[in-house]
Amino acid sequence: MLIHRRWILGLGSALLFASLTCPSFAAEDDFIIVQSTTSTQNSGLFDHILPKFREKTGIDVRVVAVGTGQALKNGRNGDGDVVLVHSKPDEEKFVAEGWGVKRHDVMYNDFVIVGPASDPAGIAGLTHADQALGKIAAAKAPFASRGDNSGTHKAELRLWQKTGIDPTHASGEWYLETGSGMGATLNTAVGKHAYTLTDRGTWLSFANKYDFKVLVERDPALFNQYGVILVNPKKHPRVKAEKGQAFVDWLTSAEGQKAIASYKIDGQQLFFPNAPPGT
Amino acid sequence: MLDPTSPLKDFGDHLASPPLPVELKGLVYDTGGKRVINDANATIRSRRITGIMGPNGAGKSILLRLMHGLILPTNGEILWAGRQMDRAIGHQQAMVFQRPVLLRRSVAANVAHALGLRGIKRDKRAICVDEALRLAGLERHAAMPARVLSGGEQQRLCLARALSLEPNVLFLDEPTSSLDPASTLAIERLLLDAQRRGIKVILVTHDIGQARRLADDVMFLHHGRVLEHQDAQNFFDHPRSPELRAFLSGGLVL
Amino acid sequence: MTDFIDAFRTALGLIVTLNPDLVEILLLSLKVSLVAVVIASLLGFAIGGALAVYRFPGRSAVSAGLSALMGLPPVVAGLVVYLLLSNVGPLGVLQLLYTPTAMIIAQVVLVTPIIGALTRQACEDLLEEYDEQLRSLGASPSAIVTTLLWDGRYRLITAVLAGFGRAIAEVGAVMIVGGNIDHVTRTMTTAIALETSKGNIALALALGIVLLTIALAVNASLLWVQRFANRLAYA
Repeated sequence: MLIHRRWILGLGSALLFASLTCPSFAAEDDFIIVQSTTSTQNSGLFDHILPKFREKTGIDVRVVAVGTGQALKNGRNGDGDVVLVHSKPDEEKFVAEGWGVKRHDVMYNDFVIVGPASDPAGIAGLTHADQALGKIAAAKAPFASRGDNSGTHKAELRLWQKTGIDPTHASGEWYLETGSGMGATLNTAVGKHAYTLTDRGTWLSFANKYDFKVLVERDPALFNQYGVILVNPKKHPRVKAEKGQAFVDWLTSAEGQKAIASYKIDGQQLFFPNAPPGT
Repeated sequence: MLDPTSPLKDFGDHLASPPLPVELKGLVYDTGGKRVINDANATIRSRRITGIMGPNGAGKSILLRLMHGLILPTNGEILWAGRQMDRAIGHQQAMVFQRPVLLRRSVAANVAHALGLRGIKRDKRAICVDEALRLAGLERHAAMPARVLSGGEQQRLCLARALSLEPNVLFLDEPTSSLDPASTLAIERLLLDAQRRGIKVILVTHDIGQARRLADDVMFLHHGRVLEHQDAQNFFDHPRSPELRAFLSGGLVL
Repeated sequence: MTDFIDAFRTALGLIVTLNPDLVEILLLSLKVSLVAVVIASLLGFAIGGALAVYRFPGRSAVSAGLSALMGLPPVVAGLVVYLLLSNVGPLGVLQLLYTPTAMIIAQVVLVTPIIGALTRQACEDLLEEYDEQLRSLGASPSAIVTTLLWDGRYRLITAVLAGFGRAIAEVGAVMIVGGNIDHVTRTMTTAIALETSKGNIALALALGIVLLTIALAVNASLLWVQRFANRLAYA
């Protein structure tokens, strides 16, 4: 009697397991995995353009949103078919080392420096971002950094380099390294009344702004270029090269570029397509 | 409740054949730094009920467990009809403990579980369970949770469970020490019935009256040694050792 | 304070209208965690029971290790499974990364030690009472294990509930191995993390309230089953 009960239990659970998870196995192979960044996802761009791609090609794009560093690392591991990030030097290195096939410019957006309405460091309206950072450091006003090797983080570090100041000495004092995605960092910034560098897209769609405003913008140094790369199928044979390439081609095609440009929040365009024509 | 005057039904014609004699040779058992059994020697030949008596701490329970194979002696051996204790012999034995040990299941399920452990198939199991419960007078309680029975009923169930396995040898460790007289009587009737069917019953008891009623020969254990082993008549009427004399007259035996 | 009020209102709205997005992620959360708990229970019962009954060298070390694993951080469990399933990992050929199956595996890793350690404790406690009697009845070690597991079934139900609680509430493991992909591997907890990172605090809280309600429902129904079975009296 004991044996019978055990058998039924075992069989039952095996069937249960199979029935509930098999759909994943049997699921259409018609999808690709794109490793991209949290800032891009949080901006809502993917929700806008991916359905258009799906309609045209029938390919489902599954976006894994992590920091740029992790996205490129995942690409190196072959855990994705396409990489779409915003850190040109790292992207070029990725291709140079053979992990990616070719890097294409896709679009750019811009970063802004946001901060509390009280603006303790007095940076509102400055035209040069590095100047603003210098004033923040001088005032020892709280500043929240991504601190996570992301595209945004690297852009921020490049700006600090221009000021000649190394803020990491003050890490934990007025320079707060959250090691988190853009949204989490914004939450921290708002909570701590700290300035932070953020991409405009995430900022516009961020719902916890409190009294924060955009204080510094439109400095060419705040220009943020995105690149898309197909993961090299020669290094990782399981990469869906054909479908991945279809996505890369679409993004850089007139159609894809138009889709990107048409994404707006509150009437403001967030991403500016700039793939060279004829790619 | 069992009616003391109604005749007991038989369990069938099966007559047990216990491997006798049982020989305890130089048994020693140490535990926790103490020598609990200290060179115990005895030979049990009788096919009827053997009683084991002695003051608390004499080692009676330990001795029973050694004979049943639940623990291994530190030294010495136990022979059953000349054979050393092994799994096959152990399979032909059963034991009832001082406190009834029952599973969190129904009365019937407890017996069925024991039969299942012995490999008895489902169909035969049901019949055996019914007979066992009838024998113990518990057939009306078959579906009840075993643990809500009274102490006496629980012990009857443990005994019925043991008997359902059709053992050759039945050990009991002070089975009625915490029971009321009516339950004690019911248990004793079952033991006499078991004896009639050829089962060798070895019974540790504190109750001199019970030993007189049931035992054919009695062993007296003191400080881990078998001080006396005689037929019941001589044991009670002509004790040889001063310790046994003191014990029988109700004194404290140090 | 307004966030809390908004949250409750949002939660109610989502539930009453049976918001399809909510239903989708809720069903995924339940599917992943329930399947994981079933598998972890089978494994945990076997491991815990065996640890309680069988004697072998190194037994106490294994027991201690199992208990220690109860405190395994979900994100670490996720990382380990991720490394195994990654394309450069030993099981990459299975292509399980970023699927619900991977999430189930990660949660099995997380929950089995909990159920195993609690089962071991329950069986050891029961063994104290039953050991001699079961050996006297001639039960083999494996028979003793099954006997103890059935007898301890109420404590085991509690262990399973503890495991389920852990599974349904964790975010670290499923985030890493699942990737929080919309419509594929987004669960309640990863959705809450996402909405929080978008600053949608009220919505995140609302999802949290719904999740708690479901967890409460699962617990309550299991306890009801327990009481019902109790009345049917250990049969």
